[in-house]
Amino acid sequence: MTLTGTLSQLLQLAVALLVAPLLVGWINQCRAWLTNRSAPPLTLPYRTIVKLFHKDAIVASNASPIFRLTPYVVFGAQCCAALIVPSLATDLPFATAADAIALVGLFALARVFLALAAMDIGTAFGSLGARREMFVGFLAEPALLMVLFTASLISGSTSLPTIVETLGHRDLVIYPSLAFAGVAFTMVSLAENARVPIDNPATHLELTMIHEAMVLEYSARHLALIEWAAALKLFNYSCIGLALFVPFGIALGSNDWLAIAAATPVLLVKLAGGGLGLALIEMGSAKMRIFRAPEFLGTAFLLAVLGMLVNRLLGA
Amino acid sequence: MLIVVAAWLALGLIGIARPRDLSLIARALFPASALMSLVLAALALAALGAAPQTLVLPLGLPDLPFHLRIDALSAFFLFVLGCGSAAVSCFSAGYFRSSAGTSPGLVCVQYHVFVAAMALVLLADDAYAFMVAWETMALSSFFLVITDHRLAEIRRAGFLYLLIAHVGAIAILLCFGVLQGSTGDYTFGGMRTVTLAGAWPAVAYFLALFGFGAKAGLLPLHVWLPEAHPAAPSPVSALMSGVMIKTAIYGMLRITFDLLHQPVWWWGAVTLALGLLTALYGVVFATVQTDMKRLLAWSSIENVGIIVSGMGLAMLFTAYGKPVFATIAMTALLYHTLNHAAFKTLLFLATGSVLHATRQRSLGRLGGLIHHMPWVAGAALVGTLALAGLPPLNGFVSEWLLLQAFLFTPSLPQSFVNMLVPLAAGALALVAAVSAYVMVKFYGVVFLGQPREPELAHAHDAGAYERTALCALALGCVALGLLPVQVISALDRVNGLLLGSTAGGHGGSWLLLAPIDPDRASYSPIVVLLVVVAVLLLTLQIVHRYYHGRLRVGPAWDCGFPLQTARMQDTAEGFGQPIRQVFEPFFRIERVLPGPDDAAPRYAVKVGDRIWFAVYEPIARAVDATARFVGRIQQGRIAAYLIYSFLTLLALLFLAR
Repeated sequence: MTLTGTLSQLLQLAVALLVAPLLVGWINQCRAWLTNRSAPPLTLPYRTIVKLFHKDAIVASNASPIFRLTPYVVFGAQCCAALIVPSLATDLPFATAADAIALVGLFALARVFLALAAMDIGTAFGSLGARREMFVGFLAEPALLMVLFTASLISGSTSLPTIVETLGHRDLVIYPSLAFAGVAFTMVSLAENARVPIDNPATHLELTMIHEAMVLEYSARHLALIEWAAALKLFNYSCIGLALFVPFGIALGSNDWLAIAAATPVLLVKLAGGGLGLALIEMGSAKMRIFRAPEFLGTAFLLAVLGMLVNRLLGA
Repeated sequence: MLIVVAAWLALGLIGIARPRDLSLIARALFPASALMSLVLAALALAALGAAPQTLVLPLGLPDLPFHLRIDALSAFFLFVLGCGSAAVSCFSAGYFRSSAGTSPGLVCVQYHVFVAAMALVLLADDAYAFMVAWETMALSSFFLVITDHRLAEIRRAGFLYLLIAHVGAIAILLCFGVLQGSTGDYTFGGMRTVTLAGAWPAVAYFLALFGFGAKAGLLPLHVWLPEAHPAAPSPVSALMSGVMIKTAIYGMLRITFDLLHQPVWWWGAVTLALGLLTALYGVVFATVQTDMKRLLAWSSIENVGIIVSGMGLAMLFTAYGKPVFATIAMTALLYHTLNHAAFKTLLFLATGSVLHATRQRSLGRLGGLIHHMPWVAGAALVGTLALAGLPPLNGFVSEWLLLQAFLFTPSLPQSFVNMLVPLAAGALALVAAVSAYVMVKFYGVVFLGQPREPELAHAHDAGAYERTALCALALGCVALGLLPVQVISALDRVNGLLLGSTAGGHGGSWLLLAPIDPDRASYSPIVVLLVVVAVLLLTLQIVHRYYHGRLRVGPAWDCGFPLQTARMQDTAEGFGQPIRQVFEPFFRIERVLPGPDDAAPRYAVKVGDRIWFAVYEPIARAVDATARFVGRIQQGRIAAYLIYSFLTLLALLFLAR
C-alpha cells in the first residue's frame, strides 16, 4: 500500500462524498426543467444536510440501540462501497477487499439495517416500509448479481477494477451481452435507489412510499446521515454502471496523478449525462403498484440471464 | 475420543440414577458434558491434521467387531459435533427445569446417548457399526423430540420423524448392501477396494442420496423437519438442526467421494438441481411461517439445499476432471456446514430463551424483546445477520465461495450444462436474497417493535449458562466470518482426502481470500469490517464534536397519527404476505374470508405444503387401504389361520420342489 495509492483512495472517497449530493441536486434540476417548473438551486441537497445537522434530534421513547446505530452503519457501508467502486481509478489499495459480489453484500447489509431500524419503533408505516423495501430488495438483488456475472464472464473476474481494465482498455469490441445487461442494470438501479417506476423520492403519500416510510421516524443528524447515504448509494450505483458500460476515462492504476486529475472531470460529465437520462426515464413513466414490481424486476432478471446466455452462445 | 464417548454415556447413567435431582443434573452433569465436548473438539482439531487412525472394538456380535477409523473427514464433522454440543450442553445447564413431561434424568440420559451415537456414526468404519450408531441416534433423538409427550401433536410429530428416519435407514442399509459388491465384506476398507459394474454405482449413489436425504431434509423428504423441530425442546432442536443434519451430509460425502471413488456427471447435475430446489422451497416456506421454530426449521431445509447443491457442483467438477474448481465447491460446502452449525444452533437456542421468558412460540404474540432481553437479542442479531448472508459475517463467506464456484463453470465440456449453470447461480442468488427477507422478518417481529402482548413486559433475560452459550456461538460466527483464510487452510485437509487437491495459497495472503487469483476475485472481511467501523467511529466523533448534541426523547411520530397500538405493526403473516403472493403456486392456501354483512368478521389464512398433499396423503391412503384389505383376511378364527398356514406350506413345497 503506497502513499500515493492511499491518497488517491482518499481522494476518490472525498469526491464521492462531495459529488453525491450534487448528483441528487442535478437530477432534481433536470426533473424541474422537464416538467416546466422553476428548479430549486443545485446546492439544495447540501443545504438540507447542513440544516438537518443543526436541528435537535428527536428519538422515539421505545427506540433501541439498533435505531440509533443504523444511520452510522448505513453511512459506513456506503462509504466502504465508495472506496471500492472504481469511479476515478483502478488498482486502488482497498479495491481488493471486496469484489462485485461482496459489494452487493455490502448494499444488502445497509438495506437490512435500515429495514430493522424501521421495524424498531413499531409503527404501522415503519414496518410497511421495511416489508416493501425487503420485497423490492429480494427481487432486485439476484438481477443485479446476474448483471455483474455477465460482466465478470467477459473479463473472467468478479473484481471491478479488472472488469474495468478488460472492458475499457482493450480494443473496442461490441459485446451484445452487455446490451442486455445494461438495460437490466438500469431497471435494477431504478428499483434499488427508490426512483420512479418502483418508488417516488418526492412522495409523502403514505400508501405508496417505500424508502420514505422507513425513515419517517428519523430526524436531524440521523436523517442527515441517511439522506447523505442515500445520495452516496445513487452515486455508487451510477459509478458501477459507468464502470461496466462506459468505462472510458477511468485512470488505470493509482499512482498517476495526472490521469486521476483528468478522470475527475470525465466522471462529472458522465454523471451529468447519467442524471439527465435518469430524469428522462422518471418523467416518461409513472409509478407502478407495488405488486407490479415483480414483473418489472423479473423482466430485469430475465434480461440479465439472456445477456449471460448470449455471452455463452456467442462467446462475447 | 472413545474416552469422551464413554464419559458421555457415564454422565447419562448418573442422570438416570437420580432422575428427579434437577440441581445435580443441571449444575454438574451438563457442564461436565460441555467440557467433554470441548475436549472432543480439541481432539478432532488435532486429528484433522494427523494421519488416519483405526481401531477394532471387540463389541457387538461375535465375528462382527466394531471397526472405528478417524480421518480428516470424520475429524471435521467431529469438530462440528464437539463445538455444537459444547454450546448446547452449556445452554441446557440453564435450560432444563422441572416440567410436566419427561423427568430431567431421562432427558439427560437420552441426550447423552444421542450425542455419543452421533460421535460413533462419524467414527464407524464398517456398515454394521454405522447402522447400529445411526439407529441409536435416530431412536434417542425421537425420544428427545417427544419429551413433552402429553400433547397429541408432539406425539404425531415424533411419529412422523421416526417413520421417515426408518425409511431412510432402509435405503442406507440397501446402499451398503450394494456397495459391498458380492464380497460379503462390510467394512468401509473393503468397500473402497470393490469396483462396481454397470448400473450398480448409480443405484448405490441414489440409495445413499435418498437415505441420507431423508435425514438431512431434502425434498420431498423434508416434511418431518417443520414438525419435529417445534415439538422438541429448544436445545434438542438446536442439536438436531445444527449437528444431526450434518451427519447426513457426512454420510453423503463419505459414500460419494470416499467409497464410490469417481462420481458421474449426471449424478452431480441431479444433486445440484435437487439441492437448489430444496433451498428455494425451504426459503420460500420460511417466509410465510408464523411459528418461530418452524420458521427456523424451514430455513434449515434451505441451508441443507445450499450445502447439497455445493456437493452437486463438486461432483460435476470432479467428474469432468477439474480438481481446482471442485476444491472451491467442496470448500464452500464444508464451510457452509460449519457456518450453519454455528448460526442455526445459536438461533434455536435464542428461541429457547425467548420461549422460557415468554412461553410464546407464535410470532404474532412477541415483539419488543430487545428491551427486556438485551443479551439474547444481541447474540441473535449476530446469528440473524450471519444467516442472512451479510458481510462481514460467516454466512456470506460460504455463499461467496459457492457463487465463485458457479462462475468458474464456463470451462465445462458439455455445453448444455454450461448453459444451465448460470441459471443455477441465479437461483442461488435468489435464495440468498429471500433468506435476508426471512431473517428481517424473524428478528424484526420477535425482538423489535412494540410488544404485542402485555405479558411480554415481564420477560427476563437468559441466565449465565445460557448467555455463555449464546455469546460463544455469536463469537464463533464472527470469527468464522473474519478469518476465512485460516479456516480454509484447515478445511484443505478434508479436500485433500476427498479430492486429492487443495485450495490453499492461490495468491491470497492471510488477510485476503482469493481462491484462484486476486485479480480474478478477492474478498477480505477484516478490511471491510475495519473500513465500515472506522467510518462509523469517525462520523460519530465528527458529529459529536461539531454538533450541539441535543437529543429529545418523545413518542413516535408516525405521520402524526394520534392512536397507535401494537396491533398496527406488521404481523408475521403480514410481513410474509408479498412473498406469499409472488410464490403463490408453491403454496396450498386455505382462506377464510368474511362476507360483507358479517357482524364479527374473521379473516384467516392457512398455508400448507403442497408436497404433503401430493405425495404423502396418497401414500398414507394407500397404506390404509392395504391394511384394511389385509385386515379382511384376519378373521380371528383359528381354523382360518390354520388354512392359511396349510396353503402357504403347499405353495412353498410347490416352489421349492
